[in-house]
Amino acid sequence: MKILVVSYNNTQPTTHNTQLTTSLQDVYLISDNIISSLGFTTEENMASFREGHTGIKEYDDLDLAPAPFWASRVDNEELSGRFTVFGNPAEYTRFEQLVICSVKDALSRCTIDITGKGTLFILSTTKGNIDLLKGNKGDPFEKSRTYLWYTAHLLQRFFNFHTQPLIVSNACISGVLAIIEGARLIRANRVDTVIVTGADLVTEFVLSGFNSFQSLSKGPCRPFDKNRQGLSLGEGAGTVILTGDASLALSNCPVKAGYGCSGNDANHISGPSRTGEGLYLAIKHTLERSTVPVDYISAHGTATPYNDEMESVALNRAGLQEVPVNSFKGYWGHTLGAAGVIESVAGAYSLANNILFHTLGYVEPGVTHPVAIIDGTFAKNLGSCLKIASGFGGCNAALMFHK
Amino acid sequence: MEQLIDKLKHEIIGVLNLSEMTPADIDENAPLFIEGLGLDSIDALELIVLLEKNYGLKLGTAEEGKRVLHSVRSMAEFITSNKKG
Amino acid sequence: MEELYIISDHCIIRNNSVVSGGKKVFEYDRGGEPSFFTALYRHFDLNYPKFFKMDNLCKLGLLASEVLLREKNILRRYPGDQVGLILSNAASSIDTDRNYQISINDRTGYFPSPSVFVYTLANIVIGEISIRQKFLGESTFFIEEKFNPERLYTQVKLILDEGIISCCICGWVELDGDHYEAVLYLVEKSAPLADGIAIFEPEKLHEIFLQRI
Repeated sequence: MKILVVSYNNTQPTTHNTQLTTSLQDVYLISDNIISSLGFTTEENMASFREGHTGIKEYDDLDLAPAPFWASRVDNEELSGRFTVFGNPAEYTRFEQLVICSVKDALSRCTIDITGKGTLFILSTTKGNIDLLKGNKGDPFEKSRTYLWYTAHLLQRFFNFHTQPLIVSNACISGVLAIIEGARLIRANRVDTVIVTGADLVTEFVLSGFNSFQSLSKGPCRPFDKNRQGLSLGEGAGTVILTGDASLALSNCPVKAGYGCSGNDANHISGPSRTGEGLYLAIKHTLERSTVPVDYISAHGTATPYNDEMESVALNRAGLQEVPVNSFKGYWGHTLGAAGVIESVAGAYSLANNILFHTLGYVEPGVTHPVAIIDGTFAKNLGSCLKIASGFGGCNAALMFHK
Repeated sequence: MEQLIDKLKHEIIGVLNLSEMTPADIDENAPLFIEGLGLDSIDALELIVLLEKNYGLKLGTAEEGKRVLHSVRSMAEFITSNKKG
Repeated sequence: MEELYIISDHCIIRNNSVVSGGKKVFEYDRGGEPSFFTALYRHFDLNYPKFFKMDNLCKLGLLASEVLLREKNILRRYPGDQVGLILSNAASSIDTDRNYQISINDRTGYFPSPSVFVYTLANIVIGEISIRQKFLGESTFFIEEKFNPERLYTQVKLILDEGIISCCICGWVELDGDHYEAVLYLVEKSAPLADGIAIFEPEKLHEIFLQRI
């Protein structure tokens, strides 16, 4: 396989026979944030992980569903309370407050040129302000605020970003795609720094939909487990700040974003491919461009019978059946547009701290193709982490992180 | 029973958006899934909603679901045997 | 010098008309089929019953991709995993979102429909095109307030530069109530010389987008 180094600074000759191109530009993760049922910072969330706490609880909320349901929700009072430092909660929707709090926390832990021309904000979400569509009486927000570009404009004005934000809305792989796109743009010297934020809410809209698919678990979800019955919905926001500037990295050994890509099953719009086609291709193409082996995999692991089965097929096809793999969804539930980001942050945290977290909810193997499910939280030296994700529309993504 | 079968065929065409088909095109004894109409998993879920919405009937287990949704006739038989009053 | 790519074809669906490679190929006769999309489906004799299950956004996207790709036999020239799909719009899936919301507004007649819910994601249109065409490559759905040729150019160019895909169907598929438009481009690393091909660059994307039909 021929690999040629191509420079994007317009002074090198074009390469015509390239099969693969690789840039020497590293992409560093210099700050992050997670807001979820388990806390408002990455540290708070990871402390809950170490203690094996799940954020998935039973709720009885008639505004959201006619019957009790299990989900992972962000404490509303605490969110508004924290938001008052930045703005008036009455003027911002819950979704906007989540995103802003997450970005603000991540920004507070690094020094970047927030308003500079070289900084780009990427928003990852599946439904944004969809809860406004109902048009509740007394709701101060117009339905037009459900347009995602409107949300992006609002965020651009709030943070005074120079460049118009990018919005990725691609089902449950949005977060991973957003990081892949950010890293790609840095590598190509189109931008210097990228703030990627993924967020989604637990809403009546989404709860009812997944309920109609009969894919919700009674009780906290159990990824890869023999007795898994379905997913638990979750809400939250996650932010990761990427840069090509090594001097901005605070740690001596920062985690870097490697290559990633997506692949489509081309099979069914909601059911995963039985051969794991799209995920296998995404993993294959990602690993072809990686210079390091995979030490650990953060799976999508939604705990539906079909998803986890498909992932086990794809991982075996890719020869990764013996690499330790977990799912974080037993802690956070499935946070949709936030998932790819918060799970990447947790994967990067695992890498940086040489720790593997237990697949909460998993007890007994429950997939036909054997995979090395992480069954307990323990220390392990790690050099790399492969994040994988899948979503409605037959979409799949894979992304490498390494030290 | 035949009237119910015909009604069901119309309803199935409606909820599953089988716009190219007429009731005459559907064999009530043929399997609905894999062969026959070749319906998929989303179609199955819509048929479950149909049974609940139009007939007030809820399916218990996945096994029951497979039996009941086997064909138009098995759906009609399920409705008939569970009719209240 | 940057690598140059080719727009080997394009199509536009707008104002009840269809333009392919710069030539009008269909105009809706309101006396015929009840809807423009169905009329187009029949005109191109698509024979694809799944079409009728789709929401309007997916119908639009699928039809546009059919117009763009018919008689091209893309999979004879590229393996399926080397064909990508990069699409964008402003309204996401709001049209279907509204329909779905209506179905859950009344708790007394509360029957959320899975076949409507599945279409409340904009990227499903990519899924439908992929299924129909057997495209397995890179794909992403972006949201923009309006068609953004510079950004689309960068997004597509960078993944072509990376070398994972060699061909990309990209563009704008927008539907919001009565307003709809689709503009799709076929971008390739190289293409045989033919009428209508052009260098892939933002200005050309913009020029094609603005074509009056």
